[in-house]
Amino acid sequence: MNSMSPPVADREDAAPRAMPSEEKLPPPRSTVRRMFRHRSLLAGSCICVVLIGLVAAAPLLTGADPNQQNPMAILQPPSAEFPMGTDAFGRDLMARVLFGGRVSILASVTVVILGAFFGTLMGLVAGYFGGRPGFLLMRVVDLLLAFPGILLALAITAILGPGLINGIIAISVILVPVYARLVEGATTEVCALPYIDAAVTLGAGPWRILATHVLPNLMPSIIVMTTIWLGIAMLWISALGFIGLGVQPPNPEWGAILNDGQQFITLAWWMTVFPGLFLSLFVIGVNLIGDGLRDELDPRVAQ
Amino acid sequence: MTTRTQEIVAQQGRWARALGRLGSVKALDMVVRRLFSMVMLAFSISVLVFLLIRLVPGDPVIEMLGAEAASDELAARLRGQLGLDQSLVHQYLAWAGKVIQGDFGYSYGYQRPIADLVARNMPATLQLTASALVLSVALGMLIGAWAAVARNRAPDTMGMTMALAFMSVPSFWLGMLLILVFAVQLQWFPVVGGTSLRGLVLPAATLALGTMGFNARFVRSSLISAMGQNHVMTARAKGLSRWQVFSRHVMRNSLLPVLTVVGLQLGNLLSGTVVVETVFSRPGLGRLLVDAIMAKDYLTVQACVLIIALIYALTNLVVDLMYPVLDPRIVRR
Repeated sequence: MNSMSPPVADREDAAPRAMPSEEKLPPPRSTVRRMFRHRSLLAGSCICVVLIGLVAAAPLLTGADPNQQNPMAILQPPSAEFPMGTDAFGRDLMARVLFGGRVSILASVTVVILGAFFGTLMGLVAGYFGGRPGFLLMRVVDLLLAFPGILLALAITAILGPGLINGIIAISVILVPVYARLVEGATTEVCALPYIDAAVTLGAGPWRILATHVLPNLMPSIIVMTTIWLGIAMLWISALGFIGLGVQPPNPEWGAILNDGQQFITLAWWMTVFPGLFLSLFVIGVNLIGDGLRDELDPRVAQ
Repeated sequence: MTTRTQEIVAQQGRWARALGRLGSVKALDMVVRRLFSMVMLAFSISVLVFLLIRLVPGDPVIEMLGAEAASDELAARLRGQLGLDQSLVHQYLAWAGKVIQGDFGYSYGYQRPIADLVARNMPATLQLTASALVLSVALGMLIGAWAAVARNRAPDTMGMTMALAFMSVPSFWLGMLLILVFAVQLQWFPVVGGTSLRGLVLPAATLALGTMGFNARFVRSSLISAMGQNHVMTARAKGLSRWQVFSRHVMRNSLLPVLTVVGLQLGNLLSGTVVVETVFSRPGLGRLLVDAIMAKDYLTVQACVLIIALIYALTNLVVDLMYPVLDPRIVRR
């Protein structure tokens, strides 16, 4: 995991440097200020910051333990004592939603970091070195992409067994080929440019070229892609939790809480409405940020 | 009246010519290459799915039967059925040979042949997927076209906000909300939908709405890029009405990307049935897959994953083969 932090740090300061097609814009203002003028970016950031704040401050906002059962307060509707009501075990739903959000958010962030790291690495290697190994690598990527949506993740959880960590691994594996495909194409494109020849002439090794000349060029696309896939990763993590293959009871997670809610849907609407609202708002926020970043950073990334 | 007839004749001519091109050497070459790559893909998929069960940590036979329930005789029989005592290549060939004949093995969890289980669950899933596909493409095209025509005005903003919202809302939550409103509150539809037509409405709507957002955004952007082309401006300049330009010059050009989306979308819908069937406690392939994963019924998992992946691959083959019919230029490349 520690080996993962440098590329992330890199990513942040690479963004302003690698801005493409700036000619049409008026003199470059601070990137941050320009981004905040973008409406969906602003709205998305606000939603995500508020939700992350709420989830981070969970112990301050609720005194209740998310796993504390209370037989005296089963399936209570929202009230002053239980702002979001209680579930079938008398557990405080607000505590569960807030603490469960930590799991959902951290898990999906881990998924995209893992997927982006290994996928980018694979794409860079296949794109730069090419040849037979690159070709074989990309055929593996094609094969993995032949499985639609969450199907491959389900197959992997079937092997590894249910659980949060296994779910994270399974969904990261789906992201790897997606990144590899994008990065491989872009790497091949960049490597055809004259300045790469210049770098080779000057004696730079392949890893140095990839790290200092190729990767910064791809950063805008990778950042946009990561935001888009963060939303999808969160949907899939919670889908696994909902099906019962992700986070295991009694631990809270947005999808798993909704699974509890489904069993009592005719009796307790609050168990369905609140966790889903948090989950959906977060994904909407992430997707708004993704849309904004795509407009600002990289109009090329399709979808 | 005569213009209409002329139009029909011209249309038929175009189709005949497109089909005629399919008969040409180049088109035949393309079809053969596509078919070959499809066979390769199907082969690779089957190898991966086959290896799946061999990756299970520990003894898969004991895992499948349960450590305490496994009598030696039963374990030996299952081991023989899986061919675990032979080489991997031999195992694969034996397995693939049976699968081609429609024999997926025997599910010990359900106590019946897997082919039987699949045949029993498949129609419900196909019914759900097909109705969701039609609904999602139709709605997506409608909203996307409206948004593209009214670009940057109220319908555009509204449609795209809605599209983004539906893309972001998890399908299982959407399904639960629909149950809360239409089944619990209004009682228009049953809470647990069977395979009846009335029970189909909510699951199909749930599945469709999730992908509808993506479709609407895609149709909008492909229409907008089609509208920016020179021949569209020419058509407007020579005096055609907006509607004529839109329906004859813009729509046709944006149909091709939409076809691609339909192919991709079918995969999402098929794997989406896993979640939707769980929400509505509906029988189907997705539900079968989840139950099999829970029960460590690996042979059933294998069969479900293989079938869904193959349906997806096959759809994309059909989409690929449709391209030259819609756009004859593709064959020349």
